[in-house]
Amino acid sequence: MNPANYLFVSALLFTIGALGVLTRRNSIVIFMCVELMLNAANLAFVTFARIQGNLDGQVIAFFTMVVAACEVVVGLAIIVSIYRSRRSASVDDVNLLKF
Amino acid sequence: MDSAHALAAGSSSLLVWLIALPALGAAILLLGGRRTDKWGHVLATGLSGGSFVVGIVELIRMLGRSGENRGVSQHLFTWISVGHFNIEAGLLLDQLSICFVLLITGVGTLIHIYSITYMEHDLDRRRFFAYLNFFIAAMLLLVLGNSYLNLYVGWEGVGLASYLLIGFWNQKPVYATAAKKAFVANRVGDFGLSIAIMIAFATFGSVSFDGVAAGAGKLANLNSGALTAMGAMLLLAAAGKSAQFPLQSWLGDAMAGPTPVSALIHAATMVTAGVYLITRSNFVFDRAPTAQLLVVIVGVITLLFGAVIGTAKDDIKKALAASTMSQIGYMILAAGLGPAGYAFAIMHLLTHGFFKAGMFLGAGSVMHGMNDEVDMRRYGALRKFMPATFVTFGLGYLAIIGVPPFSGFYSKDKIIEAAFNAGGARGLIIGSAALLGAAITAFYMTRVMIMTFFGKARWAEGTHPHESGKLMVVPMVILAIGSVGAGALLSIGSSLKNWLEPVVSRGFVEPTPRLSPLLVSTLAIGAVALGVLIAYLKYVRQPIPELAPTDVSIFTRAARRDLYQDAFNESVFMRPGQYLTRSLGFLDRVFIDGAVNGIGALFGGTSVRARRLQTGYVRTYSLFILGGAAILVAAMLAARL
Amino acid sequence: MNTLALSAGLTGAPEAVLFWILAPLIVLAAIGMILVKKAVHSALLLAYIMISLAIFYIAQDAPFLGVVQIVVYTGAVMMLFLFILMLVGVDSADSLVETIRGQRVVALLAGLSLGALLIGALGRSLLGAGIAGGAVGLDQANSGGNVQGLATLLFSRYVWAFEVVSALLITAALGAMVLGHRERPVPRRTQRQLSEDRFREGSELPGAPLPSPGVFSRHNAVDIPALLPDGSPAPTSVSRVIKARGDVLPTAPFELNKESQGEQK
Repeated sequence: MNPANYLFVSALLFTIGALGVLTRRNSIVIFMCVELMLNAANLAFVTFARIQGNLDGQVIAFFTMVVAACEVVVGLAIIVSIYRSRRSASVDDVNLLKF
Repeated sequence: MDSAHALAAGSSSLLVWLIALPALGAAILLLGGRRTDKWGHVLATGLSGGSFVVGIVELIRMLGRSGENRGVSQHLFTWISVGHFNIEAGLLLDQLSICFVLLITGVGTLIHIYSITYMEHDLDRRRFFAYLNFFIAAMLLLVLGNSYLNLYVGWEGVGLASYLLIGFWNQKPVYATAAKKAFVANRVGDFGLSIAIMIAFATFGSVSFDGVAAGAGKLANLNSGALTAMGAMLLLAAAGKSAQFPLQSWLGDAMAGPTPVSALIHAATMVTAGVYLITRSNFVFDRAPTAQLLVVIVGVITLLFGAVIGTAKDDIKKALAASTMSQIGYMILAAGLGPAGYAFAIMHLLTHGFFKAGMFLGAGSVMHGMNDEVDMRRYGALRKFMPATFVTFGLGYLAIIGVPPFSGFYSKDKIIEAAFNAGGARGLIIGSAALLGAAITAFYMTRVMIMTFFGKARWAEGTHPHESGKLMVVPMVILAIGSVGAGALLSIGSSLKNWLEPVVSRGFVEPTPRLSPLLVSTLAIGAVALGVLIAYLKYVRQPIPELAPTDVSIFTRAARRDLYQDAFNESVFMRPGQYLTRSLGFLDRVFIDGAVNGIGALFGGTSVRARRLQTGYVRTYSLFILGGAAILVAAMLAARL
Repeated sequence: MNTLALSAGLTGAPEAVLFWILAPLIVLAAIGMILVKKAVHSALLLAYIMISLAIFYIAQDAPFLGVVQIVVYTGAVMMLFLFILMLVGVDSADSLVETIRGQRVVALLAGLSLGALLIGALGRSLLGAGIAGGAVGLDQANSGGNVQGLATLLFSRYVWAFEVVSALLITAALGAMVLGHRERPVPRRTQRQLSEDRFREGSELPGAPLPSPGVFSRHNAVDIPALLPDGSPAPTSVSRVIKARGDVLPTAPFELNKESQGEQK
């Protein structure tokens, strides 16, 4: 089996994650879909590291994980504070920046 | 004609004071405002008189010099100096200008004195005197300028002064409209003067009188197109300022101004500026016979035009205005006859200044005593109640119709002579027209006299005619003296002709006259007598109706409507002009504004539609991001393919 | 650590089996994650995806990363997600009706085109010609051990990024604290103040608390609502979660009838 198959899986997961971001209304679910996209990218990095034979891809995937963790922390804090003031976690309710 | 001779031989530093004194008066009175109300009129009169004194001094000096060296000039400053275009602001006083200077300042000062009483009940008297002084200064600048451009400054100044003074009582919209009409008609003439100056510069490279005279002398072709065009344009300018055909329609309406204004501006001085222009440009006209012919034609048409209108006017001021138009027609006719006629034009101008101004002041005196009534049908039998006015007006009347030995006889007679002597069929036609004009003049002036001073009293209720105050009577008396004696003074021994010869008719030899002067004089007196007789029969033998009769001949109807001059102007110039303006406005509004606004609306509409993309939903925006990312990837791949 | 893959060229058979079993499941789980109604279900599916990915990492000679994926990502981040879901509202379900016109269609279009582009590009470059020289594999890079290899890279070539990321972590922690902080506009009421308020209110039982749940009731079940004086079920007496689950039992057997009313009196 060609190791490149992992890359196809990664592309597929990325697309699905993107579709989820566009389609769901619950902000936490959207956030989770973003996490899915990040994980798909991580998979691609690891696969490339294996294909190329050096560990740079894994280091980058590691950094991605760390940054994703920070991002989740802050993002969820924001969602919680929005929920506290607006009592709604739907992303369609923050629509004031319009024409 | 030898034109290498410069117009000014010497210089004088007094010339600027001629203009500066009245200009100072105008400035002080206008800038000082209400504070100067108490003494403003006295100051203005004094400064005008001062200008007259300076003029007398210059005259005395000039008499002391020989005929060739009489002209003096004064250089003030260099006005425009651009490349080859060098204009000096300078003044020139020669034999021709001094006549005008004395006329303007002399008659002007008399009218200042008259106005002190005439306008004493008017709150704006100070402003009136300021405008009068301004007019005097501008008119003096006109006749003293040493180049066409300097003349133009004065030309515009008198136009402005005329507008300000005609519309002096601009609370009444009719008067303001009359002022506007005068200004617009003048403007058409000013356009002609500008073109003439441009032609002069283009052809001769100079616009000063000396320069153009020298240039014209060097032209080999005696009928050059440039000179003819320049002459035609100068004629247009003169027609505008002097109310000649075809720009004559404003003079009747200009009587809306106070009577001293009519006397000074529209009888004696401003309307004669056209004659001055043509006479001063003799070096142009003498070399452009076609232009001279045009001048003669205009003069003949106008003298008949004015005379015909004058026969049907019941407003005394309008009758006198029509008379002015006609008399200036005589002057223009004489000026168009070339060196043979220039001196007579000036002579008639000077005598006309006396008797017409005198008659206008008399009319003002009559109006003053009759509660400002102007309709002659409400006058009658005033000679017993206003004797001084009657006598002075009567002397002016005798002068204007040309009864010897009063001044008008000499000047008009000479013009008719020169007309007949112009040669060939042309001379006969012009001369006959002049005779006919004299007859009609006699008719309508007699009509004015009869309706005003003789017959039965047809006054309105509550009118108590009385003689006017001293300050009004004295100037009228002085002008009456001029009406009587000026003609003889200027004519006997050809004094004026010889005086003006170095300027206008240098080296001109008069041809032998075709008709003897005695025959011409007899014909003239005969025409006058005929006119007086017809007037007597119509207005003394029959009673004068108080209301203007309506069943009159077609000629009377036409004359009452000023020979349809206003109707013609309206339909030929005004309505097409308005139509043009309206259509241009329409084009501008619909097409140009429409295009510009359309572009704006296009952008506006596009943005209104485009901003609907900003739905405010985060998901829409992320959709755009994804779409953009897909396009980016596609582009990168396409670049590599 | 032993590698599960051959060091060069194609992978070995065990890895292929692993891949072909897990990869379809991962994709199905992802599709399910974006299609289910309840948010908790999405979270659970995501946790499953992450664990499968960890298995993939381990299969590709990245054991450290695989373990970190399970411990940090699934263990910490996903749990954090679930905590917040509980806070925000576990019953806040998305309706399936799309409010923005055309969003689904265009999103599907864009997503599918992106996917097609990516897969197409990958396919062209990788499947046709194959990887030049085959996959190198990480045998040599992992010669001193995977962790040691990573550490060597991390602290030599990527030390600057490492330091920055650590600063980022500290900042993120601070940020979470700041964002989560709730100001108290008035100071916290002490027990004494609460007691004073109770007496001031003038309620019927000032000195004593209300009877605990179940004192006057005829049952003490959590999933049966209490009855109001007029006999109707009190909506606030059952937890919201139970209501959201649809587990509330009827109150009919416990409602007051004439005999029991007489009994009560």
